[in-house]
Amino acid sequence: MAHRDFVSRRLHSFLGLVPIGLFLVVHLTVNYFATRGPESFNKAANFMESLPYLLFLEIVFIYLPILFHAIYGVYIAFQAKTNVNRYGFFRNWMFFLQRWSGLFLVIFLAWHIWETRIAMALGTTLNYDMMANILANKGMLVFYIIGILAAVFHFSNGLWSFCVHWGIIVSPRAQRITTYATVVVFILLAYVGIRAVFAFTNPGLAF
Amino acid sequence: MSENKTIKIIITRQDGPNATPYEETFEIPYRKNMNVISALMEIRRNPVNIKGEPTSPPQWEMNCLEEVCGACSMVINGKPRQACSSLIDKLETPIRLEPMKTFPVIRDLAVDRSRMFEALKKVKAWIPIDGTYDLGPGPRMPETKRQWAYELSKCMTCGVCLEACPNVNSKSDFIGPAPLSQVRLFNAHPTGAMNKAERLHTIMGEGGLASCGNSQNCVQSCPKGIPLTTSIAALNRDTAIQSFRDFFGSDHQ
Repeated sequence: MAHRDFVSRRLHSFLGLVPIGLFLVVHLTVNYFATRGPESFNKAANFMESLPYLLFLEIVFIYLPILFHAIYGVYIAFQAKTNVNRYGFFRNWMFFLQRWSGLFLVIFLAWHIWETRIAMALGTTLNYDMMANILANKGMLVFYIIGILAAVFHFSNGLWSFCVHWGIIVSPRAQRITTYATVVVFILLAYVGIRAVFAFTNPGLAF
Repeated sequence: MSENKTIKIIITRQDGPNATPYEETFEIPYRKNMNVISALMEIRRNPVNIKGEPTSPPQWEMNCLEEVCGACSMVINGKPRQACSSLIDKLETPIRLEPMKTFPVIRDLAVDRSRMFEALKKVKAWIPIDGTYDLGPGPRMPETKRQWAYELSKCMTCGVCLEACPNVNSKSDFIGPAPLSQVRLFNAHPTGAMNKAERLHTIMGEGGLASCGNSQNCVQSCPKGIPLTTSIAALNRDTAIQSFRDFFGSDHQ
């Protein structure tokens, strides 16, 4: 009975959390090993690479969901006529930023996957040095920091939207409390992500 | 002193549905307790613009003049609202009046809101009780629920929520927040609930509930304070359950 749009939107929302959101948390956690030094990061990255049926896991839990989420997300983003200049409400800003962070992420992730996973498939070793080399470039460093903040924001705010779109939170109070909770998620994940980036550029830096 | 005071009003005008919009400025003498409607009537009485040129009287719609019919909705100083309840003394001048461009403009400030009526028909925003014989009295509604439902029933189909919504536009077929909230109202009614699944299936279709992106401008803009986003979130829950029932099958009656 349900129309394709309804199913696609719900699927889009669900995939954003499982597996994409979960993968983001795992990914940022693996990165965080860099704060314990190159050896630690290489060990963690090698463990991920050594998982059995890795290609299957990658295709089913990463590539396909991200492709669907990205392509359908671009369609959703361009369907809106954003109006934050006229309606500067908090949620409207979140609506606006969710769409623009998503569009930015399509570009960022395409670049990021090209530079790391595809480079690895083409023969470059994926290790601490690879990221240290990429991030030695100041422009790339800024690009990665914005990319991580966009991803973490998109995930945190998407967590809120997921709860609303699946009818988990209904009342205004439930929605408000969930907003606060997702702000906390954003701050914590942003810290994990940014700190890991600086572990590649300034290995001694502690904060 | 007050005899010399004037108010400047800038109206976005359009001579017909396909004509190019243009701005025309008017200056009218100030009177106490004016609202946008009485200011427009003043212009209509003497349709001469600020340059002294005679022009056609601006067109707009109005009916109840007490913010219950929704006919006089227009964009006043950038915000969609009813002209009747917009008091001149509380508005920044010059006052800018524009039509709600989410809807097709008929002429000047008058827009065609019939898409909202179409949406209400589509979602079956009524309780079907007609038949060939007397069905007798329906189930009763608890008073507390009636009071709650009354808030949802205040919707006057004014179109402000559609105007404020970033997802109601020419690129999407989203029906908008108002008819969705009516689904919740009629599904909450003990007799209306007999068509609950039918209404849910409709809003699970094209241009329905899924097109909401939760910018929540609607609930902030609604002149009647209707909890539109709460209705939408509640319908999200109802449709999620309905879709599971449809997919897996259900014995639930």
